[in-house]
Parts: sequence; C-alpha cells; structure tokens
Amino acid sequence: MEGPGPGNDGAIIRVENLEHSYGNFKAVDGISFTVKKGEIFSFLGPNGAGKSTAINILITLLSLQKGKATIAGYDVTTESQNVRESIGIVFQDITLDRDMTVWELLEFHGRLYDMPVKERRERIEELLKLVELEAKRDELSKRLSGGMKRRLEIARGLMTRPKVLFLDEPTIGLDPQTRMRMWEYIKGVNREGTTIFLTTHYMDEADQLSDRISIIDHGKIIIAGTPEELKNTLGRDLIYLDTDNNENATKLLEQMPSVREITTKGNRIVLMVHEDGTKVLPGIIDTLRKAGIGISTINLKKPSMDDVFVFYTGRELRDEGQAPARPMFLRAGK
Amino acid sequence: MTYGFMTVYWRDMIRFFRFKTLLISSLLQPALWLAFFGIAMSSNFDRLMAGVPVPEGAYAVGYLTFMGAGIIAMTTLFTSLFSGIVILFDKNWGLMREILASPVNRNHIIVGIAMSGVTKSFIQAIIIMVFGILIGAAFFAGFTPVQVAFGVLGVLAFVAMFALGFLFLSAAIAISMESPEGLQGVMTLLTMPIFFASNALYPIDTFPEALRIISAYNPMTMLINGIRYFAIGPDFYALGKHYEFTQADILLSFLGLIIFSAIMFALAWWRFRRAVVT
Repeated sequence: MEGPGPGNDGAIIRVENLEHSYGNFKAVDGISFTVKKGEIFSFLGPNGAGKSTAINILITLLSLQKGKATIAGYDVTTESQNVRESIGIVFQDITLDRDMTVWELLEFHGRLYDMPVKERRERIEELLKLVELEAKRDELSKRLSGGMKRRLEIARGLMTRPKVLFLDEPTIGLDPQTRMRMWEYIKGVNREGTTIFLTTHYMDEADQLSDRISIIDHGKIIIAGTPEELKNTLGRDLIYLDTDNNENATKLLEQMPSVREITTKGNRIVLMVHEDGTKVLPGIIDTLRKAGIGISTINLKKPSMDDVFVFYTGRELRDEGQAPARPMFLRAGK
Repeated sequence: MTYGFMTVYWRDMIRFFRFKTLLISSLLQPALWLAFFGIAMSSNFDRLMAGVPVPEGAYAVGYLTFMGAGIIAMTTLFTSLFSGIVILFDKNWGLMREILASPVNRNHIIVGIAMSGVTKSFIQAIIIMVFGILIGAAFFAGFTPVQVAFGVLGVLAFVAMFALGFLFLSAAIAISMESPEGLQGVMTLLTMPIFFASNALYPIDTFPEALRIISAYNPMTMLINGIRYFAIGPDFYALGKHYEFTQADILLSFLGLIIFSAIMFALAWWRFRRAVVT
C-alpha cells in the first residue's frame, strides 16, 4: 500500500512535543525529533529513560497522551491502522511462541498482516536466507540460541517489507560476538533501504550503528546529532592517569590552565583538556614529577560515546540491577 | 483484515495438536471420570434405586447414562475456562504484543480463540459420547440414524454455546490478570460452585430453596438439560426421578445460554479494548 510517504524534508518519522505519564511519573517529557528516510536513528539512554515508552507510542501499543507523532505520513492516533501496516517491530523481550517452529512463526506473521499466500511463502524463503536460519526452518523456537531468536524476530519484523523497522534494545542479553553479528544484519537491512529506529543503552551499539543519535534521559532528549558531532562537542582529548597518589595529583592538576575538567573513574584520573592532548602531556608529567607523585600509566584518547554520555548526563549509564550512578564530576571550571 | 480470526485459530490448533501429552490427557481425563466415578457410583445408585418402582411403560436410564451428560458438561467447562491461560502466557512471554501491534482487529483475537476452544470441546464431547456408549451408557439408545444425527448436532450446539460463554469469560479474566498462578486460582474457585451447583451428578429438586434457584439459573444446568434432551430423550426416569423436557424448556435453556454468552462476549470485548500490553 502506498501511503502519503515522507514529507518534503525526507522525514519518515516526525514527533512533536511527545509527553507520556504513568500516574504522576512523567516517563516521556516533551520530546521532539524527526527521522529521515533511509537512516538508522537511535535513542541512547539508560534503562528507565523513557525509550521504550516512546517506542511503544510510535508503534501504537500505547495510546498517545500529549503531542503529535506521524510515521510515513500517518498519524499514530487517527491513522493507527495505516501506521501498523507501515512498520515492523522487534520487541525488547523475546516475543516468540516457544512451541512453534521458525517457519510457523513467520507464516503466522504473514497471515496476521494478510499477505497473499504466494507472496508470504516467497518472503519467508528470502528472509530465512537473509538471517541464515534456513537450516532451522522446522525447529521449535525454544531450541534456538538467543542470537537465532533475535535473528528470527528481525526476519519477522521484515516480513511485510515495512518502511520503518523498530528495534527495541535488539542486542540485550546477547554475547559480544553475537551482538556484532546482529549489527551486521541490522546494517544489511538498512542498506536494502529500510529506515531503522533503534533504542539501546549500549554506547558502542549506538556509536557503531547510528547515522544519528538522540541521548535521552529522564524522558527528555539531552542532545542529538551524528556520533561524530556528539563526540566533537567535547572538542578535546581525554587523558587517563594512574598515579600513586591520586588525591594530591587531582589537586595539582586542577590548577593547570590547560585542564578543563577533571574526574575520577574507578582509580583513574580523567582529564579533559582544552588543547591537543599530546602538547599538554609533558607539562602534566613535569608537574607530577616535581611534586614527587609517581605515574604508573598514562593514556591519551579521543572522546567516546561513553564520555559524551557521562558529560551530558553527569553520570554513567546505569545498568539493570545496579544502584543509581554516583555523581562523577568534580567540576573544576565552575 | 477479513480473516484475522482464522490466523488466530490456525495457530491455536497447531498448539493443541503439538502437545501430545496434554492432548491425550485432556481426552483421557473425562474418560477416566466416566470409567471410575461413573461405574462406581452407578453400581451403587442402581442398586439403591432397584427398589424404587418406575411407572409401567416409562423409560428408565442407569446412573452412568445420567451422569455421562454431566461429564460432557464438566469437561466443556474445564476446557473452556482454562483455555484463557494461553492468552496470559502470550501476554507475558508470547505473541500477544505481536498480535496487538498488528492490523488485526481485536475482536478477531477473541473470535479466533473462541473458535479453537469450541473445536476442542467438540472433540472432547464426541470422544466422551463414544466412550460412554462403549462402557454401557445408553446415549441415543433406540434412536434411528436420523435421530442420532439430530441428537449429536443438538448436543454440539449446546456445548458450543456454553463453551463460548466460558471461553469469553476466561479470555476476559486472562487479559486482565498478571500471573498464571492468580488465573489458576480464580478458575479453580469458579469451577467448584458451577459444577456442584448444577444437575451434573444429581437432581437439583431436593436442594434447599436458595441453592435450587442458583442451580436452575446456572448455565451448567441449562447445558446439561440440553445434552440429556438430545442424547437420552425428552422423557425418562433416572435416580427415581421423572425427567420431562418440552421443546419450550429446551429452547428456553438454549436461549439462556445465548444470553449468557452474549454477556460474556461483551465483557471480553470491553477488557480487550482496554488491554495495554507493552
């Protein structure tokens, strides 16, 4: 079916001032963004940041309370049927019937979406090949590994050739190798022309996959841009130091004019410097030597998404089950 | 989405035939009821009733035949009430999100599940009738082939209408609940009074007044009246009591089941429209 399609600016998802509350708790607090046709767009944020709530509103599982959202030109509230026909979804939790086979699950999906028999049978073959599950066609889904289940769900999400594929934490609970393979599949799907909307709390995932990232925390978008743009906003190098007296070293380094910010991460000192880090290093080494502080390791690197996140949210990504992150910054400049 | 319910039905039947142990035990359980409880009780009741005179020319049936109708009803009740569990599993760990996020109309989900539930009840009812006859229940005794066909259809019509009501009720409860344990509790709580406050195992006429009224309006009693009418006949003696059904009685019972099912459908429809699964 041909929908109104993307607007003039190429936006396939358009969200304006979206708000959603559970009782008194504002899970999504006025977010606006657009996703361009053909890109991989991601929401990066800790668990509980409001990513899943936002995604559930977009895929019409949660009703929209406040704001406006359109997908492929269709309004999620008034044209939810059209929205549903335009999208594919991979849910955060595994959503498979344990006692149905790979083929049956895909067939079921094709039937749900009213695909003609011939088309859906052909599509199943295509997709089994794409996600390399041809040999598992008649296997019950409970006998698949975690990575295979995810691949099956991605195949299912693609059954109807959706305009947008939503992936809610697609690699949660997968081992590192499997995650990297999943990224390859996701990139492949995107290359074929499917727009991808991704949520994740993995920095590297957002960094590796996305054309554009929105960092979301406490229901708000804190900053958005390409991974490069985000990292460049820190605009300086990071120096990691390990000394035999971190406390004194911190006090000394705070006073250096080229040091913009200083933090500690575990038992390491992290310096954010104004200038090219390689030029600052000798001064740092000198200063510490003179004070009689021994340096055991020193490391210079470009800011990562991790650093970007910590910088803009003031804390590290909390993981499930962990206590809220402790405040990490000693703001030297302020 | 014209055939969304067929998709839901197709999937449910795959599951029904896939679990061989569950399938066999669900078919065996009613047979065991008949074989043990039925034969044990009927040997006692029939001995007790031997001294009670039955009027000349009247048709008397043994206890096994009498309670066989009750066992069909009981099996239908259990199967229907517990079939909601698949919804709960789907909601927590399965396909419910996929289905709810698809273009399929939510009524189709209810209808699909109802159809598969009715199919399961049909299979069970037929197996109990066949098994009952094998061990000596006088179902369709002395009927002509046409009467047998008519009788079977009548029984199935009653079973279907009753099953629908409890399937809808079960679906409504399942979609509103969080845990399978909770659902199990509610269902067990429901089955007890529904089963025992009915004429499944004994006549209700001798019940205390209040219980007798409850039993008379119990959908279970209406179903059993229908089954006895179609499988045994409109006029028979059992447990020393004269059973006589006019066509109006039976129509009224069927009407009662239709009303019951319609109310339960409304309930399920309301719960499903409000259902949020994320």
